[in-house]
Amino acid sequence: MRKRMAFVAASLVALGVAATPVFAQKAGGTLHISHRENPPSASIHEESTISVNQPFMAVFNNLVVFDPNEKKNSPDKIVPDLAESWSWDATNTKLTFKLRTDVKWHDGKPFTSKDVKCTFDAVSGIDEKLDIMRKSPRRIWYVNLKEVTTNGDSEVTFVLGRPQPSFLSILAAGYSPVYSCHVDGRVMRSKPIGTGPFKVAEFKRNEVIKLVKNPDYFKKGRPYLDVIDWKIVPNRSTRMLGFQTGQFDMTFDSDVSFPMLKDVMDQKKDAVCEARPTNVRSDILINRDAPPFDNPDVRRALVDTIDFRAFSQILSQGHHLEGAAMLPPPYGVWGMPKEMLATLPGHGTDIAKSRAEAQAIMKKLGYSADKPLKIKVATRNIAIYRDPAVILIDQLKQIYIEADLEPIDSSVWYNKIAKKDYQVGMNLTGGGVDDPDTFFYENFYSKSERNYTSYNNPEVDKLIDAQSAETDSEKRKKLVWEIEKKLAEDAARPVIGHNFDNTCWDPKMKGLKLQVNSIYNGWRFEDVWLDK
Amino acid sequence: MGAYLVRRLLLMALTLFGMSVLIFVMLRLVPGDIADILTNASGISDPKEKAKIAHDLGIDQPILVQYGKWIGGLARGDLGFAYVSEQPAIDEILPRIPISGKLAGMALFFAVLLGVPLGVISAVRQNTKLDYFLRVISLSGLSLPAFWLGLLVLMGSVHWFGTIPIYNSDPHGFWDDVAMLGLPAIVVGFRSSALIMRLTRSSMLEVLRQDYIRTARSKGASMFAVNFKHALRNALLPVVTVIGIEAAFLVGGLIVTETVFNIPGVARFLVEAILWRDYPIVQNLVMLIAFVVVTINFLVDMAYMALDPRIKYSD
Repeated sequence: MRKRMAFVAASLVALGVAATPVFAQKAGGTLHISHRENPPSASIHEESTISVNQPFMAVFNNLVVFDPNEKKNSPDKIVPDLAESWSWDATNTKLTFKLRTDVKWHDGKPFTSKDVKCTFDAVSGIDEKLDIMRKSPRRIWYVNLKEVTTNGDSEVTFVLGRPQPSFLSILAAGYSPVYSCHVDGRVMRSKPIGTGPFKVAEFKRNEVIKLVKNPDYFKKGRPYLDVIDWKIVPNRSTRMLGFQTGQFDMTFDSDVSFPMLKDVMDQKKDAVCEARPTNVRSDILINRDAPPFDNPDVRRALVDTIDFRAFSQILSQGHHLEGAAMLPPPYGVWGMPKEMLATLPGHGTDIAKSRAEAQAIMKKLGYSADKPLKIKVATRNIAIYRDPAVILIDQLKQIYIEADLEPIDSSVWYNKIAKKDYQVGMNLTGGGVDDPDTFFYENFYSKSERNYTSYNNPEVDKLIDAQSAETDSEKRKKLVWEIEKKLAEDAARPVIGHNFDNTCWDPKMKGLKLQVNSIYNGWRFEDVWLDK
Repeated sequence: MGAYLVRRLLLMALTLFGMSVLIFVMLRLVPGDIADILTNASGISDPKEKAKIAHDLGIDQPILVQYGKWIGGLARGDLGFAYVSEQPAIDEILPRIPISGKLAGMALFFAVLLGVPLGVISAVRQNTKLDYFLRVISLSGLSLPAFWLGLLVLMGSVHWFGTIPIYNSDPHGFWDDVAMLGLPAIVVGFRSSALIMRLTRSSMLEVLRQDYIRTARSKGASMFAVNFKHALRNALLPVVTVIGIEAAFLVGGLIVTETVFNIPGVARFLVEAILWRDYPIVQNLVMLIAFVVVTINFLVDMAYMALDPRIKYSD
């Protein structure tokens, strides 16, 4: 009888689910979101933070984008945006886009191929005199771009030095919008003109970023929302209270850590919260050009003492992902499989054994509990940097390294690292795209200006170039894993974990699909609507 | 009196000049400048790009030239351009002044409204249960950090009212201001009220033991007249001094409260500008604060004369 009742109940539930009407999207309304800080500017090309991407991506369009309906950014899931179509030439070095002809900038001027050329000439540094930006942190992404040519107003070709299958992924990233070249950089940083679904109505520091619907948006019927109101609330407790009381419909991306999640859910029972990796990893910077870490044995000992699981347990209740340089599967497209990862230094399962080996190395070098190696662990003076640094200091004690925390003001952090004025540093490294080209070129290629640690391994440089030119994705993956292995063996930014956090929203907000392998993409908001 | 006023005004001008030099030099002694920060924020440390930004903003010029340009501009009412927002500094600063001004005014009003009468009551009822209670309240006002108290008030607001006063950029009139700034003003003013209460109490206790108070009582003056007309007026001098000092110190309290309650006022903006080494904003705001403090001190000195007819400023 009980079984029968259960079956009936289950059937009713199933029927209920099946019978739930698919609501048509409703137009109108204001979406209220809290923002964690003042974005340094509104110019996506000039900045390297989600604080700029998340609010301002909706102001622009790219030539192509990662399919917003897919959870996972992947090279085979790229869809047209400002381009109607694209094609590679026979040599795989010329990528030609046919552009839409019905697109207008927010100030009414027509969008043409000249805008595309001038944007990527400026970003890549081909033409440094252009006034649309004063810095370009991702110039290295375009190291293989030789020229951008136009053919009339609606065709543009990117000429590459060699085949580079990832180039399309680079253009699909949230960090690669097309700028309007008739607008100067100062305007692009404060009230940018784009072609996107929303226009910037107001960007008031410390207060608000207000985006309003672009009625001339080229995708008919989009966007659904009238206004997106980003309130800048630097205090996290205030942001969370604002969300719990319904003053915000959505939290800032990945703003809800696991220790906070329970409290948020208790206070707002109907909140929809989604946990996902951020494609930001916590890693250790080691100054290999000065004693004591110029000695590979000391570097090896440091890596061997790291207990990834302890970091994960303390920082995120065990939710951080263990991986090498690239975001690990199943979320990441390129990260090495688990069984291969276990063979890398610092990723073994027997932490006691690897620590014993590390202790033996340190003893051989003359260090002991009575005669420890004294060092400083530098990090930015921000909680998310300091917390893992403190855990690292604790773990280093196990191998006779007595470390002091050295909190550094953010304003001088990269200068300090670039000047090699540190021994060990705790860092966070984000990936704009889950793609080996962007990640390796940016952080480990000898000529990159974002290779803060000046890591210089000609063999790794060659492998980076080789994987970049490889068109067979399976062969490319193997090259990527080889690079990951070499980086791990070299103790080049040992990864202590890939961050994993929560984003929450009110159930009345619909149509948002969070992307699982990059927090920097998928913020166009054109399909988002409010069910109220 | 006229000569005294001229002397005071000249001294005020000299103080402000000293402040301008001090803040200008100190800002440049702090490690890192806006070019460092802008490139750091983008995660790059390319010297070429940094030099270009420094040149565009004029921070690569000799310090004396930079100072001259700033002071010259200030004299003409041109505060320069903010480095971060790239907007005229005046447009960034001006809209925020009334917000912090209202908050500080309300906080001070609350502090005086609560501190002075309770201080009087505490003195008049010395060593009673009421006195002990009020002393505990004042002690808690001095010892509770504004940050913690602010968060507590916000949580209480969520619990009892289901909402928190998030600042609306377009308040519609006086009551809107009160609704948005009332709670933060209480948080800021609580500490000042505690200080004022304690000072009023001790000052009143001293005055209440004077012969003329006993005389007033023996002549049959009412309790109210003795306490508020004869005693309070004479006990107020040190209290007024403290109110003046507290008005100047309120800026410190505002930084924390503006952050917790997310009020886009001057104090939070100043901290942010310091972090970004946004020299035009910091220099002009600090000068503004210095001007306000110097003016308040001047007004307090003038208030002494009004409160105590025995005080005369001679030429």
